[in-house]
Amino acid sequence: MTESDDLIIAGRRFKSRLFLGTGKFSSGAALGQAIHSSETEVVTVALRRVDLNSGEDDILTRIDRERILLLPNTSGARDAEEAIRLARLSRELGGGDWVKLEVTPDPVYLLPDPIETLKAAEILVKEGFHVLPYINADPILCKHLEEVGCATVMPLGSPIGTNQGIRTLANLEIIIEQSNIPVVVDAGLGLPSHAAQAMELGADAVLVNTAIAIAKDPAKTAYAFKLATEAGRISRLYSNSGTSTSKKASASSPLTGFLEEESRNVHGVI
Amino acid sequence: MYTELFDKISFSEAKDRVLSKSKLDIESALHTSHSGKAVNFEEYLSLLHPSADTYLEEMAEYSLGWTKKRFGNTISLYMPMYLSNECRSSCVYCGFSFENKIPRKTLNRSEIQAESEVLHSKGIRHVLILTGEDYSITNLEYLRSAVRILKSYFDSISIEIYPMDKEKYEVLIEEGVEGLVVYQETYDPETYSKYHLRGMKKNMRYRLDAPDRGGLAGFRRIGVGALLGLSDPYGEMFRLGEHAHYLSKKYWRTTVQISLPRMRPAEGEFDKAIYVSDREYVRFLFALRLFLTDSGLVQSTRESTQMRNHLAGMPITHMSVESRTDPGGYSGGEELKQFEIEDTRKIEEFTEMLKKKGLDPVFKDFDRAFFQVPDRMS
Repeated sequence: MTESDDLIIAGRRFKSRLFLGTGKFSSGAALGQAIHSSETEVVTVALRRVDLNSGEDDILTRIDRERILLLPNTSGARDAEEAIRLARLSRELGGGDWVKLEVTPDPVYLLPDPIETLKAAEILVKEGFHVLPYINADPILCKHLEEVGCATVMPLGSPIGTNQGIRTLANLEIIIEQSNIPVVVDAGLGLPSHAAQAMELGADAVLVNTAIAIAKDPAKTAYAFKLATEAGRISRLYSNSGTSTSKKASASSPLTGFLEEESRNVHGVI
Repeated sequence: MYTELFDKISFSEAKDRVLSKSKLDIESALHTSHSGKAVNFEEYLSLLHPSADTYLEEMAEYSLGWTKKRFGNTISLYMPMYLSNECRSSCVYCGFSFENKIPRKTLNRSEIQAESEVLHSKGIRHVLILTGEDYSITNLEYLRSAVRILKSYFDSISIEIYPMDKEKYEVLIEEGVEGLVVYQETYDPETYSKYHLRGMKKNMRYRLDAPDRGGLAGFRRIGVGALLGLSDPYGEMFRLGEHAHYLSKKYWRTTVQISLPRMRPAEGEFDKAIYVSDREYVRFLFALRLFLTDSGLVQSTRESTQMRNHLAGMPITHMSVESRTDPGGYSGGEELKQFEIEDTRKIEEFTEMLKKKGLDPVFKDFDRAFFQVPDRMS
């Protein structure tokens, strides 16, 4: 990829378009290998899981914060108030101004609450956070989040952890077409081909966790996702050209035949 | 604001971007259309290229398909009402130009009423009110009082007046105006300064950002357009597509419409219009349709009956009819028109043509109830 194709979020430049979640890995070592082979530059961490105070936290020690953006998330928050509290706590403890906003009152499917998410996003943006909200694939919600100043939107491909791939295709297409901020497809991507599909659709990045964390070989799978993300991006940018031919020769012109004669005698003059 | 995007590339670079497209690029764009998707901006530029003429029939088919899919078999009809031909600006191509020694007129309340009665009796419920660029005579208060009269006759009122600031637009929206139309005339800064000699209209950038201010104020519909014939049409089409796309993405609650008038004879001695052929004009319209699939494409009576008959519903969705471009022209009066019109058919004849084509002429597609809360709900 060229430098000009870097992903820019809130003024920060990223070469990799694959974000990695850190839940469900069998060990800190497995996570470290996945981070290494995916070449990810954004790693999201559940605030409730890590000890930001400790320099020895197993997850945090795997993340080279010089190169990788640590993206604390508010997973577990059931409403705006809880999410805001978590984000503020994260900042107090040195987690920085970036936050992946997750508000999931439903403990079974972990589906995001659009109303509470928007409420929290508006407040956090005003407090100077770079907010990356996890949401259902709702185009109107995305526009509202963009308006309140979110850095990205992160619509789900299918319910989190289900590995079903992109089940929200029609809405994702609309979101991608309409968005003025980066769109990161988050949740449900179970195979590298799902990541490639998201990128081919025009997503700016993808976030993967479960599919890598529970794979037989997380490092190899992370590598496959890296390649798939890049392949999808290249395909989006460069394929199709030259592969098509005109649908048919225009032997007759029923729709444009009227153009054989100019409609007005105004050559060169108004 | 659009000017930020505008400043990223010059007019001549924009023109070159279109003309550098290849046959392969055009075929790729058609491939996108063929697979049922709207083309992206680069593909749109490809379809503007002269070589796309080879595929004009194919573009027409896709254009027809998109228009049907998004707008159905309907054509929205409106009529323009010129409130005033007073103008403090000098635009060398315009009949209302300050320099032109023509009789000037601004409609008073009873004249606005008389005009409204004529349009209303023809079944028209969508009106576009126009003025010249005189912000002292046709000032905000004048416009507000005009809208108050018009409201009792029309369900939808749009304005095509001099650019205003956001706060003034908000006042007009509050009064009941629903749509804003701002033609940029030309997106070429060099030509713009050459043809706009004096008056407020000389400020190109203030005009360029007027649709943004309208979007921020909350208009439900915003129309943009370029007057083909003033500068290089490829540069204009690059900018117009870019501008409309930008607006529709940024002001997502607002419907963006596009007009593409070609120069017409007018009072004055302007003889430098760049010729845009029917074929080019139609290619541009098809390219816009395949790119901005949800944008209404507006066509006025400047075009010929033949052109209007064929383009209605493919890709045109909104049409003016039986237009007069002189203040008070509908209810009888002097000849003070802004420019010549080409299609002079009466509404009955025009709607008959639409019906024969299987199109439904729509006279009303908005309701004042969106603005006015009934007492029982307040």
